[in-house]
Amino acid sequence: MTTEPTQLQPFVESFDPARSGLPGAGLGWLKALRKTGIERFEALGLPTPKLEAWKYTRLKPLEDTRYQPVTDEDGMAALNTVPSLLPDPGGRPRLVFVNGWMRPNFWIVGDLPDGVHLESLHDVLETRPDWIRERLGTLAGEDDSSLVQLNTAMMDTGFVLRVEDGVRVETPIEVIFVGGLTAHPVAYSPRNLIVLGKGAEATVVRYHVGLGAGAYFANSVTEIDVGPGALFRNYKVQAEALEATHIDTVRARVARDATYESFSLSIGGRLSRNEVSVRLEGEGAHCALNGAYLMRGSEHCDNTTQIDHLVPHTTSREVFKGVLDDESRAVFVGRIVVHKDAQKTDGYQLCKTLLLSTGAEIDVKPELEIYADDVKCSHGATTGQMDETALFYLRSRGVPEALARNLLVQSFIGEVLEEISDEDVRRAITDQVVHWLPAACYLAEEWRAE
Amino acid sequence: MVASTNTAQQVKELAEEKYKYGFFTDIESETAPKGLNEDIVRFISAKKNEPEWLLKWRLKAFKYWLTMPEPRWSKVIHDPIDYQDAYYYSAPKSAADGPQSLDEIDPQLLETYEKLGIPLKEQERLSGVAVDAVFDSVSVATTFKAKLGEVGVIFCPISEALEVCPDLVKKYLGTVVPYTDNKHATLNSAVFTDGSFVYIPPGVRCPMELSTYFRINAANTGQFERTLIIADKGSYVSYLEGCTAPMRDEHQLHAAVVELITLDDAEIKYSTIQNWYPGDENGRGGIYNFVTKRGHCRGRNSKISWTQVETGAAITWKYPSCILQGDNSVGEFYSIAITNNYQQADTGTKMIHLGKNTTSRIISKGISAGRANQTYRGLVRISPKAEGARNFTQCDSLLIGDRCGAHTVPYIECKNKSAIVEHEATTSKISEDQLFYLRQRGIPPEEAVTLVVNGFCREVLQQLPMEFAVEAQKLVGISLEGSVG
Amino acid sequence: MLEIKNLHVSVEGKAILKGIDLSVQPGEIHAIMGPNGSGKSTLSHVIAGRDGYEITGGRIIYQGEDLTGLAPEIRAAKGIFLAFQYPVEIPGVANTTFLKEALNAIRRYHGEDELDAMQFVKMMREKAKELGIPEDMLKRAVNVGFSGGEKKRNEILQMAILNPRLAILDETDSGLDIDAMKIVAEGVNNMRAPERSTLIITHYQRLLDYIIPDKVHVLAHGRIQRSGGKELALELEEKGYAEFGEAAA
Repeated sequence: MTTEPTQLQPFVESFDPARSGLPGAGLGWLKALRKTGIERFEALGLPTPKLEAWKYTRLKPLEDTRYQPVTDEDGMAALNTVPSLLPDPGGRPRLVFVNGWMRPNFWIVGDLPDGVHLESLHDVLETRPDWIRERLGTLAGEDDSSLVQLNTAMMDTGFVLRVEDGVRVETPIEVIFVGGLTAHPVAYSPRNLIVLGKGAEATVVRYHVGLGAGAYFANSVTEIDVGPGALFRNYKVQAEALEATHIDTVRARVARDATYESFSLSIGGRLSRNEVSVRLEGEGAHCALNGAYLMRGSEHCDNTTQIDHLVPHTTSREVFKGVLDDESRAVFVGRIVVHKDAQKTDGYQLCKTLLLSTGAEIDVKPELEIYADDVKCSHGATTGQMDETALFYLRSRGVPEALARNLLVQSFIGEVLEEISDEDVRRAITDQVVHWLPAACYLAEEWRAE
Repeated sequence: MVASTNTAQQVKELAEEKYKYGFFTDIESETAPKGLNEDIVRFISAKKNEPEWLLKWRLKAFKYWLTMPEPRWSKVIHDPIDYQDAYYYSAPKSAADGPQSLDEIDPQLLETYEKLGIPLKEQERLSGVAVDAVFDSVSVATTFKAKLGEVGVIFCPISEALEVCPDLVKKYLGTVVPYTDNKHATLNSAVFTDGSFVYIPPGVRCPMELSTYFRINAANTGQFERTLIIADKGSYVSYLEGCTAPMRDEHQLHAAVVELITLDDAEIKYSTIQNWYPGDENGRGGIYNFVTKRGHCRGRNSKISWTQVETGAAITWKYPSCILQGDNSVGEFYSIAITNNYQQADTGTKMIHLGKNTTSRIISKGISAGRANQTYRGLVRISPKAEGARNFTQCDSLLIGDRCGAHTVPYIECKNKSAIVEHEATTSKISEDQLFYLRQRGIPPEEAVTLVVNGFCREVLQQLPMEFAVEAQKLVGISLEGSVG
Repeated sequence: MLEIKNLHVSVEGKAILKGIDLSVQPGEIHAIMGPNGSGKSTLSHVIAGRDGYEITGGRIIYQGEDLTGLAPEIRAAKGIFLAFQYPVEIPGVANTTFLKEALNAIRRYHGEDELDAMQFVKMMREKAKELGIPEDMLKRAVNVGFSGGEKKRNEILQMAILNPRLAILDETDSGLDIDAMKIVAEGVNNMRAPERSTLIITHYQRLLDYIIPDKVHVLAHGRIQRSGGKELALELEEKGYAEFGEAAA
């Protein structure tokens, strides 16, 4: 729990000078919220491996880098083309942030049906302060992690999506967070809020992408409230820059008969941690928490998830797959908690990792905590290297070794990509995986089509 | 299935017995003053006529212990232990001068062990099993010593080993579980009173099962035995321990340490049937079973296999582990843990792969009933040099009743790409279909549960030596008594 | 076509092949028979270039060239095909995709134009039809969910498409019922050609009822113990491998 004050100080010190310029500075309640945030952060300190939840991840970059607040220059960095994940947005809704700065000239909010409100955090704090006051911090509150507290204090950007009862958004909404292109290491703190009404449906794709060089620290928090019978798909691709530190906290609540589906692809960033917790609060609620991590160099990626089954008749499914090359390291902690009386829970979890290099390391902790008896829960975890027989099989058919290796990585990851139910997103994420593979020989369209 | 049917009958017979080992033997004891301090450590050491080095080691441990916090990372919950409110040495008076033969043993003691189903008189012996009986703090009898001596096997109380083969004890004691290991093991290092010592010379296959039977009898007494087993090159031994205690309202502490060492091509098979008094159905009394067990496969091609049936104790906290250092060495952990009423168990294993082509296998079956909470906690670590290492883990939990808990907390750390690690875990309710099927065939509910649970545990029960498999199956039934309404 | 001279092979320091001599001429079909553990599969893997086998002596000459040190894919490009005893499942990679990549890699090696998707699919369909392989098997992932017979038929399909000069069939008959075996045999027989050689590795004689070999060799204890014509196979069927140190299973 103890962190050297020297490591905490820069963050705490940057709070006072920054607070007047942060969104919603005129709102008393928000001021109080931010103040509590920074106090709680100071009390908790930066997480260290001494904490069980951080056993395998050390926030080294935060200890030895002095991040500065984002300036206009950083936020308005020239952007010739928007690094979009989904091809040709057409009428597809799209928000773009650069180092946390809103860049409305790139925004497309066009085709959204009535009853869908997609706005920046800034705007909502101005136009509907009472509405957001009731919701902000309800899922990621005072008792949450220290990095959530830091975000609460510093939140300087983000978006709010509100979908009214019964409204269905057919096309995925893409939210692009561009980092990098700064002269000094910078820190920014997106805070997103997503609220789906009864029977609503929506899909959001967050694309955290690094451009050029530059160290930065993105500390993002997203609160998601999925109403009764609603369906929310939360996809994320994290392709941060080589020197980036990416912390992404997601807190979701799923009501009766609602479904929360997520997929998180991690393919870049010096250090990344995706910390997701989902509370299944109503009978018939379901969540699918899936992801893949592909790491090389000395990248470190931590996926820490918790699913709380709070009431009877809820189901969860979780599949993660990882490929680690060079000296990279990944952590997967998956905790499933079945609370007292949450009978008829069905929980399934699988984590498989492929180690491509001797220097790579994987640490896995799949955890079941069960206080009800009429349940069906299981988890599985495997680690291993590439199947030499399969490799020989492909090569004996004439497939060159490098391509054969790529094919087998694709084959390995392919299983988890099938968990993505939105076809456009699946295709886009598949492309990202294919392009991660060693250059010069990856397969083209056919593999994707199958 | 035949065995299971027998079990069902035995359960019926035993239905009224509850904890049948709960009796207390009124025997004259010699006891050290209550409480824990340096003088007590010196007292124990002096009582045992120990060499100077051991006393120094004990005192080092005691000093270190004073600085250590209680381990807090497990899921078990209990009031702070008052270490001053217990006796650290209690020995039956009759044993004070050491019995020269079984004839000199207090007949009341013999009777006690007979009641426990462990006849110490050789003519009534369990076939092919040599027994060391530990009563409170001291070993009261070891059978078959002469026969074992013929092949060079040393099997005796550890206090006696200090006289017979002091060099062996000095060479190996504390090398697997150092005195700094954890609070409970450190306490044991300071105040251990007795326990078994086994040495199997090179190339010897121990001609019979070795067994130690532990009994806590005196009130307010902690038991701190220490077991050390060394299997020299190419040797083999199968060892079994059993434990019971009288029913008492207060909690009693049992903090044992077991160290196993295998050299090249040697194998140790270590089985435990732990049936300490679990407390009553309201959670009153029962043993705190805080045990550190660790095996070190030092030699190439060596093997250590742990099998445990944990049915007793109010709280069980133990992780029999293997350090797989020798190339091609093998570690196994087979466990059945049954918790009922207010029992708590946090148990599992650590497999530390250091050598090349080391393999480990973990099969854990947990059954939780009543208001009990049980946790499987395990670590599989593949170090960078453990080329070709292999682990398979299967953890299954069965829940009986809606107020109990079953938790699975495995840690997998892999730093070598050529290693293959597979972990599977399931948690489910006892199958209504199976129960209904059995009941429809005329089997009463409790027997049906016992049958199903025995089936669930079969893989582990099969690992036990024949003589004890039956006892273990019986225990399964007894432990679950009252778990179905 | 294939000249094996005094070949010694070890696996993890253990000698498996202890001096094999074998000469296969273009157009010939040779059968290598032998008891379990005699080194038959090792021989096929070594010819195809699998890692983990150490050649401690002798040479494998294929079309006048020493194969030692060549990667498996180069050997494949040069026309060596191994039908696996246990074809490998590769989830997520479609049979069609896999074969097209393999064929085009081989064509690239020979400086030939790659086939586009249309050309390839047309050719694949034709070959599949000849072998009675249903269309959906082509679309499915490589060998995933295939029955034993389907896997072996898939191997023969791959052989037909890659059109090798030297085909090695490793225990292709194992696990096949009589109908499946006939289909496989027919596929092999159809590919019989003056410029192509085939090596059939088998424990049993029964596949040789359908594919008539020119020569039969008995491999046991890492050496060719006897060679002869097709009648040798029948003799083995009758007597088993007893004289070579193992009773017929």
